[in-house]
Amino acid sequence: MEAEIKILLFGYGNPGRKDDGLGPVLTGLVEKWILKEKINNVFVDSNYQLNIEDAFTIRDYDIVIFADATVETTEDIKLTRILPSDKVNFTMHAVHPAFILDLCQKLYDYAPEVYLLHIKGYEFELNEGLSDQASLNLKKAFVFIQKVIQEPIRYLESIETER
Amino acid sequence: MGQKITIEPVTRVEGHGKVTIHLDDENNVVQTRLHIVEFRGFERFIQGRPYWEVPVLVQRLCGICPVSHHLASAKAFDVIVGVGPEDLTPTAEKMRRLMHYGQFFQSHALHFFHLASPDLLFGIDADPTRRNVVSVAEEFKELAIQGVMMRKYGQEIIQATAGKKIHGTGAIPGGINKHLTIEEKMKFLIGKDPLNIDQMIEWSIGALDLFKDYHKKNSDFIDNFAAFPSSHMSLVRKDGALDIYHGVLRAVDTEGKKILHDVDYQDYLDYIAEEVRPWSYMKFPYLRFLGKEEGWYRVGPLARLNTCDFISTPLAQNAFEEYKSYTNGKPNHMTMHTHWARLIETLHAAEMMKELLEDPDILEGELIKKGRKTIEGVGLIEAPRGTLFHHYRINQNDQIEMANLIVSTTNNNEPMNKAVELVAKERMNGQEKISESMLNAVETAIRAYDPCLSCATHALGKMPLQISLYDSRDNLIDLVES
Repeated sequence: MEAEIKILLFGYGNPGRKDDGLGPVLTGLVEKWILKEKINNVFVDSNYQLNIEDAFTIRDYDIVIFADATVETTEDIKLTRILPSDKVNFTMHAVHPAFILDLCQKLYDYAPEVYLLHIKGYEFELNEGLSDQASLNLKKAFVFIQKVIQEPIRYLESIETER
Repeated sequence: MGQKITIEPVTRVEGHGKVTIHLDDENNVVQTRLHIVEFRGFERFIQGRPYWEVPVLVQRLCGICPVSHHLASAKAFDVIVGVGPEDLTPTAEKMRRLMHYGQFFQSHALHFFHLASPDLLFGIDADPTRRNVVSVAEEFKELAIQGVMMRKYGQEIIQATAGKKIHGTGAIPGGINKHLTIEEKMKFLIGKDPLNIDQMIEWSIGALDLFKDYHKKNSDFIDNFAAFPSSHMSLVRKDGALDIYHGVLRAVDTEGKKILHDVDYQDYLDYIAEEVRPWSYMKFPYLRFLGKEEGWYRVGPLARLNTCDFISTPLAQNAFEEYKSYTNGKPNHMTMHTHWARLIETLHAAEMMKELLEDPDILEGELIKKGRKTIEGVGLIEAPRGTLFHHYRINQNDQIEMANLIVSTTNNNEPMNKAVELVAKERMNGQEKISESMLNAVETAIRAYDPCLSCATHALGKMPLQISLYDSRDNLIDLVES
């Protein structure tokens, strides 16, 4: 365990919209696991969506891993490296981690390493609980993120950058 | 040949908006419409659910203003469990108010610093690649940091009062489920710089000064852009004070004459009806007794400062007096003054948070009351964007039988359409193409209302905005997206 590295896992999405809650649900699983394992260099947070104040939140960490449901990726789970982007696609529902990172850098002159864990979702209507396929993807994401937390350098050094 | 222009989707606005503009053969605007793309489904979704689940369930509507829905529904279920809105315990009412002012504060701060301030700092005609929050962060770093920290402070107040960030459970039918701890109270009152209430008040004053300074230099634009006379409606406290949590329903006409005389909102259906128009999924509310043509009204910050007689906190009251003197005490119909009103409310919210944090009732006291159950109740609050109605009826098994929600953005449907029409006629007459300036102007007019289209349509929003231009034979001749 590379305990000196301070890591934040931040899941976002609305658990009231079925698979949109994949990020926060994963965060809940990881929170229980790090408590049980007494891992004290990893922290968790979650919210409905990212917003400007998260630029302040991430400035305290070496590595930040955002987790979000996606319908875009063809893989069940996928981790990508995020670089700062000043591309303004600003709507309060859909602030991208790249925007948060860019804002953090501009406001606080610091940019942690940021990654986005895409977890594929299938159903997004009003209801709680994940679809069967999303539940399987959640398990894969949980296993994967445990490995990343335990050996971040090994698992993160070869991650491709999101374009 | 006549034309039709469509603008969609609006950036920096919640939800998905589309504006269509029809031109005649001389390229003059003959009709504009703000379309809402998604459709309502939430009322049907909660039918059959146990009523006590609803204050948490309604937060699924969207992630932008879950506290407004949480509190409006809790107020409706207070009535259903037989606890009148004025019969809550002091602790319950004050904790709910603290949650609500926290929400107002963070929502208004976000709107001003990160949605409106780029227009004010760089000008509406500035290069759109510069007229955004990123440029604010680069060129006005301290201001951008203030916006971030005000958001954070409000969010932390919400978390402390609602219990958690997602699907808060604080408000329950008949009361609240927690006190504030002494540690939380002291953190919010005198916490580490800058996250303490005095700093929040100081920054709120600074934001107000920024707007006033801009207004002095740009009064023609601020006073005249998308301005039009209208009626205004909001809650007011029974003595006429601004009150965003509870009170009576008041509406004034264009001259300030009361047309809805401080009525009990439990009877809102006697006064308010909703018109369905075939081209929009969002309804058009109106005052029944004035009819569809004359009965529409505005809600939100501008309306609230037009309906109330005074503000109960001293700094906001001073600002209110200055604001009112600008129109000689008459109703203010200047759409861009909504930003001014919003900042006065931001200051009021900060002052109210301080007052509530200093109140011992938030630390101890009875949390919940019980009463004699009834089957129907209406909850009303002023959400940041305006008046929000939640109306429920339950059956003998305590399940939701009927739900009706009128959200703030729906209340502002007609005014937003009016604003778009005004701007389109001013900027588009005689034009064949949609210019960048035209797109910006339409966005600015809509954004003044801080609409939450996702919420209004009760659907998960992806929000952009488009403007399309059609001729009189409905041929698309131009399309612009932002």
